[in-house]
Amino acid sequence: MAESSHQARKHNHPGAGRRRSVPFTKGRQVDSAARDAVKALLGDRPRRRDLLIEYLHLIQDRYHHLSAAHLAALAEEMRLSLAEVYEVASFYAHFDIVKEDETPPPAITVRVCDSLTCELSGGQKLLADLAAQLGAKARVIRAPCMGACDKAPACAVGHREVAHADPARVAAAIADSHVDTAAMPGKDYAAYIAAGGYGLLRACLDGERTPEAMIAALDGANLRGLGGAGFPTGRKWGIVRKEPAPRLMAVNADEGEPGTFKDRHYLETDPHRFLEGMLIAAWVVEATDVYIYLRDEYPQSRQILHLRRGAGAYICGEESAMIESIEGKRGLPRHRPPYVAQIGLFGRPTLVQNVETLYWVRDIVEKGPEWFAGHGRRGRKGLRSFSVSGRVKEPGVKLAPAGVTARELIDEFCGGMADGHRFKGYLPGGASGGILPASMADLPLDFGTLEEHGCFVGSHAVVVLSDRDNMREVALNLMRFFEDESCGQCTPCRVGTEKAVALLSRPRWDAALIGELSQTMTDASICGLGQAAANPVKSVLKHFREDVS
Amino acid sequence: MSDIVRFTLDGEEVEARAGETIWQVANRRRIEIPHLCYTPAPGYRADGNCRACMVEVEGERVLAASCIRRPAPGMKVKTASERAKASRKMVFELLVADQPARERAHDPDSRLWRWAEHIGAEDSRFERRASSAPDSSHTAMRVNLDACIHCNLCVRACREVQVNDVIGMAGRGHQARIVFDFDDPMGKSTCVACGECVQACPTGALMPDTVLDAAGAKQAEADRQVDSVCPYCGVGCQLTYHIKDDKLLYVDGRDGPANENRLCVKGRFGFDYVHHAHRLTVPLIRKPGVGKSAGGDVDPANPWTHFRKATWEEALALAASGLKRIRDRHGGGALAGFGSAKGSNEEAYMFQKLVRTGFGTNNVDHCTRLCHASSVAALMEGIGSGAVTAPFTACKDADVIIVIGANPTENHPVAATFFKQAVKRGAKLIVMDPRGQALKRHAVYMLQFKPNKDVALLNALMNVIVAENLYDQQYVQAHTENFAALKEHVRDFTPEKMEAVCGIGAGTIREVARLYARAEAGIIFWGMGISQSVHGTDNARCLIALALMTGQVGRPGTGLHPLRGQNNVQGASDAGLIPMVFPDYRSVEDADVRAEFEAFWKAPLDPKKGLTVVEIMQAIHADRIRGMYIMGENPAMSDPDAHHARMALAKLDHLVVQDIFLTETAFHADVILPASAWPEKDGTVTNTNRQVQLGRRALPLPGEARQDWWIIQELARRLGLDWNYAHPRDVFAEMGAIMPSLKNITWARLEREHSVTYPAPAPDQPGQDIVFGDGFPTASGRAKFVPAAIMPPGEEPDAEFPMILTTGRQLEHWHTGAMTRRASVLDDLEPEAVACLSSADMRRLGLSPGDPVRVSTRRGTIELKARLDGAVPAGMVFIPFCYAEAAANTLTSPQLDPIGKIPEFKFCAAKVEKPAKAAAE
Ligand SMILES: Cc1cc2nc3c(=O)[nH]c(=O)nc-3n(C[C@H](O)[C@H](O)[C@H](O)COP(=O)(O)O)c2cc1C
Ligand code: SF4
Ligand code: SF4
Ligand code: SF4
Ligand code: FES
Repeated sequence: MAESSHQARKHNHPGAGRRRSVPFTKGRQVDSAARDAVKALLGDRPRRRDLLIEYLHLIQDRYHHLSAAHLAALAEEMRLSLAEVYEVASFYAHFDIVKEDETPPPAITVRVCDSLTCELSGGQKLLADLAAQLGAKARVIRAPCMGACDKAPACAVGHREVAHADPARVAAAIADSHVDTAAMPGKDYAAYIAAGGYGLLRACLDGERTPEAMIAALDGANLRGLGGAGFPTGRKWGIVRKEPAPRLMAVNADEGEPGTFKDRHYLETDPHRFLEGMLIAAWVVEATDVYIYLRDEYPQSRQILHLRRGAGAYICGEESAMIESIEGKRGLPRHRPPYVAQIGLFGRPTLVQNVETLYWVRDIVEKGPEWFAGHGRRGRKGLRSFSVSGRVKEPGVKLAPAGVTARELIDEFCGGMADGHRFKGYLPGGASGGILPASMADLPLDFGTLEEHGCFVGSHAVVVLSDRDNMREVALNLMRFFEDESCGQCTPCRVGTEKAVALLSRPRWDAALIGELSQTMTDASICGLGQAAANPVKSVLKHFREDVS
Repeated sequence: MSDIVRFTLDGEEVEARAGETIWQVANRRRIEIPHLCYTPAPGYRADGNCRACMVEVEGERVLAASCIRRPAPGMKVKTASERAKASRKMVFELLVADQPARERAHDPDSRLWRWAEHIGAEDSRFERRASSAPDSSHTAMRVNLDACIHCNLCVRACREVQVNDVIGMAGRGHQARIVFDFDDPMGKSTCVACGECVQACPTGALMPDTVLDAAGAKQAEADRQVDSVCPYCGVGCQLTYHIKDDKLLYVDGRDGPANENRLCVKGRFGFDYVHHAHRLTVPLIRKPGVGKSAGGDVDPANPWTHFRKATWEEALALAASGLKRIRDRHGGGALAGFGSAKGSNEEAYMFQKLVRTGFGTNNVDHCTRLCHASSVAALMEGIGSGAVTAPFTACKDADVIIVIGANPTENHPVAATFFKQAVKRGAKLIVMDPRGQALKRHAVYMLQFKPNKDVALLNALMNVIVAENLYDQQYVQAHTENFAALKEHVRDFTPEKMEAVCGIGAGTIREVARLYARAEAGIIFWGMGISQSVHGTDNARCLIALALMTGQVGRPGTGLHPLRGQNNVQGASDAGLIPMVFPDYRSVEDADVRAEFEAFWKAPLDPKKGLTVVEIMQAIHADRIRGMYIMGENPAMSDPDAHHARMALAKLDHLVVQDIFLTETAFHADVILPASAWPEKDGTVTNTNRQVQLGRRALPLPGEARQDWWIIQELARRLGLDWNYAHPRDVFAEMGAIMPSLKNITWARLEREHSVTYPAPAPDQPGQDIVFGDGFPTASGRAKFVPAAIMPPGEEPDAEFPMILTTGRQLEHWHTGAMTRRASVLDDLEPEAVACLSSADMRRLGLSPGDPVRVSTRRGTIELKARLDGAVPAGMVFIPFCYAEAAANTLTSPQLDPIGKIPEFKFCAAKVEKPAKAAAE
């Protein structure tokens, strides 16, 4: 009918009449039911942009996916554009966007870790078995390191971790998946107080301590950033303190470096020690607000802390990407300079500190800097928490002196190699820190000691490899991780990791081309991820050539 | 920040200016560094993501991206070290790996390919990844992400430069991809087709449709470029025509003061109307015996039913003799002329000179009457000048911006980009309009007041400012008069009393008043929501008073800015295309002024004000006007109560129409003279910012069409005037001699500078953007407060006509649609007449979006399609007036503002219903 009346009018219609007009204004319309649902879910929470990721979590938790209708309603509610909401939601692995013509995933998702340690322990087979066995009951997907390498292979049913996973354990976990994540039995507030907890903080607030004295103590102890970069902590506090107010603080609890699980250990066993350190740091730099960025995979920790949730993105452990994420955006690392100490969260000078770094503050001040600095071997100073996993008898977090060697870690701290495995090499610093052969297992492990060998100790995640492990596979596994976790911002990393995976997948490596590519990734990537992504490959070419040619 | 940084660049001591990056310093020194994600174009921040521009900095562990890195004192930078060059080449090799082969490239001349060739990186040793499917869902642009290098320029283009926020970078890592909205096809997204992304893309992943073949490869290359100005709205964007074989191929934005390279969909994609088959290419004469009637539609594709072809000699002779006969028999007052705000300044000047000296009457007007006559009247009365006191770009320096009665994202799209950017920078935007709009999302306050209650709201704002002593006493004392009367007048308009009248809560009124009054720099922009009302002059008086009492005039970031509608409405008005005034607003009734012009033009002049647009139509009905010359205007579509206007046109003894298309007005002509489209002519135009800009001839005229200035001159000669202009520049020179506003602006200067703002203090100094910092061009040097009382609209809704009809424009179409509906892209985007309704009214009327709907007023009825539009409040229907097949102006009311003589297009009583046939179904 509309057609014919249109025809009738056409004689004085200067347009070509090729098309019909659309019945709506441009683009997707907001559905009123979705609008009501989102309004109800958000309640009277502030519609601030930096809370976008939190609200995406609200919807994902409630509906187990993000429907286009809900996302459009959320955009309208927060006065954001559709694209801004979509690009953020699609950046993070833990959000499932479902468009109008797509089917939502099953309510239960099983994430199977496919990072190095778990893969060495049969992660790939577990993935395949679970997919076959669970069918439509649950969605089985691969996922990066969950910080459970000491209990490999690991997987997660929803937010519930399954250690030493096998199909039976996973099925059991699914069966009682209504049981909410249990908080870990770590030392609670009362116990912490009873043991003198928060006394130091009180002393600070009461003026019995000066910020200068605190900084001096950290300097004296030679405490360094344990997130991986090893920047002297006292110096960082001093730098931030000198920046113009108002200043902010952000705690990096995103621990995502494959093989690393020490922050999680401290968060779960003695969270208040870390919190006290954090509050002291905030007091020293006079931070007006403190944000804790906790990775989404650590729900046990989340229950006892009040904070911002990550959403499944390793890159958000990089401090400037973390800041972007706290601001509710995609986690793209920023360019430096300016450093986050100068221009950080919401454009303010920001102190970013790793969980474990803060964990040591109280002990260092109470026991004295010399206590902490008194530990150490081979001239190195301090205590380090090594996350050891892989082919050792007793994996776990090992508190050891700085400068300890890999061989000592294995023999003294981990009960030796696992049965049937002969030590072949090790990753001194997670996925990024390169690989060293067993012949170099007597190097002191600390900041600055491995660089001349193209490696670094980083977050002190030591993955031990054996004669049963193929270095091509190891390198490929690590490169796949970087390919998946690259933020995608810069060419050398986004395209480089993708091309590298293709090159490394070949049975024989084109060493020259791989070498050239690696050099550009290291030289020209924006952040540490891309700069370090080729480290393992370079190591393999240097130390394990026979595995790839 | 103003410090100069000394550092070493390739072994030489160099200086970086404040804020300069390494790349910029190198570029200044002609050192080439490849760049992809960086463009030196204005408005684009460096993002540093592609890594094509890496350089080596001595002592640093890794290379640095020169486009984003600022040199530090003493830094030693090597732009061409082997390490840097190797990385740059590898970056290209990585990117080229995934590109379609250059022979089949969407753009083999893209920045990517040119650089790749330049540094010898056209081949790649890496495997190609699977490529993505093309998206050709948009009528104007093609998306081929197989060529995308993720440089993010299109995101910055869309989000930061145009602030349309449609494009995003979704996903992450190697899955990252450019998306529109929720990864929707571009043609289904909220894209407004400004094309900024296409202009920014360095790879050909985003291209104008017109240059690609079906397979997505580049098929056409421009053979020449001509710099000109957009022919549409008053923003006055500068652009470059890219031409192949004398046809426009595509259009790019240029770095003009009003647009900084940006364009909107009309300027960028709405150009092919010039090549449309409906173009008038021969003079036409009405066939003997073919009568005229109001409904007498002619098919523009086949004028031969009503007209026959004529020679120029014959047509001009007939046109002139008809006018002459009426003049000689009934006097000049029986003639009238409508000039055009779409033409050049020179044409406008010649046109009014012809009417005044050739016809012997001041009955000359143009569509300014229909858009801002009331604003100009109020401004002349209040501050002694009808033009803006500051360009819209002054919002860069403002901390509070008021936009009232305007919908700039649709009607002044590029001006809107500056408002949105200002908000991003931290300025607070207050939007006041009964109808919602896209700026709402960017506003701190969106006051959707009751239609027609502007004066109540504005007086209430002033009441707060007076009552809370927020006015600028010093400014008021130094620069204004009559404040006491205003103060007294607004005393009664308390927010509490006005709340019920205007529908805005008293608390909000107070907050907004405080925000504006306390702003360091506040600026007010208004549109036709203010002016097109029977109390349009009062509305504007209130805005002027608001700015004056708070001292928000004459400083950076402050001012009063009526956003002018058409590309040259400012210039046409300046040139005297107004019945009451000669060029530069000098009164025809002032004997001294008249004497001056009589001497200058060497002709006696009519001492009485002429009639305005709507008055002329009434005078035709009253047999007082019998002949008209209409150039480039379409009153049959644009006048209120259009049926009445068409009856008038049909009644004329003699009507000469000069146009590029057979418009609805031309249907009633006796002689039709085929004229030149904007890209076919040389001429100057003056935009809303008082910027006089040069348009350059880019195309030959089609068929026997002629330059408008030539046609006017030929008619003048046949009416006995001795005119001898050889080129528009001669006309411009004459204008400069009599118009003080054009002092120091010459044609040669415009050729050199493209754009000069008036007033210009000297031939070698830039014009003055912000005026009246130290007084006003009034007799007393002071600005005057004029209180405004609440008046009812011309027509109130009642039981029979319960809704409010408001009319206006649409992003894609301009004015009466004669050009834009013949531009294929614009026609594709908005092909049919629509009536925008709220969901509440749709539900009440049992309508679904897209259903046919009938809208009637006391003057007429039209049928069109219903569109659901969340911006329209319940009880209102909005209809764009550009659709001939459902002409909104057959519905509108011809009631006039008593001072500005502007009709009330924004408010009349209407009835909306299902058409009988549809209702029966
Ligand atoms: C790719 C990448 C990932 C990172 N991930 C983490 C992390 O998960 N946790 C962490 O504390 N630091 C991480 N960092 C280091 C942080 O950027 C930053 O140096 C640290 O949080 C500072 O705190 P600290 O000085 O206490 O170590 C990462 C760095 C990079 C380059
Ligand atoms: S190196 Fe990788 S993770 Fe870092 S900014 Fe570049 S793409 Fe993102
Ligand atoms: S589409 Fe073009 S502008 Fe946008 S990211 Fe890709 S290459 Fe850059
Ligand atoms: S229509 Fe106006 S905003 Fe659009 S390009 Fe033309 S002058 Fe610029
Ligand atoms: S041009 Fe500098 S990083 Fe892209």
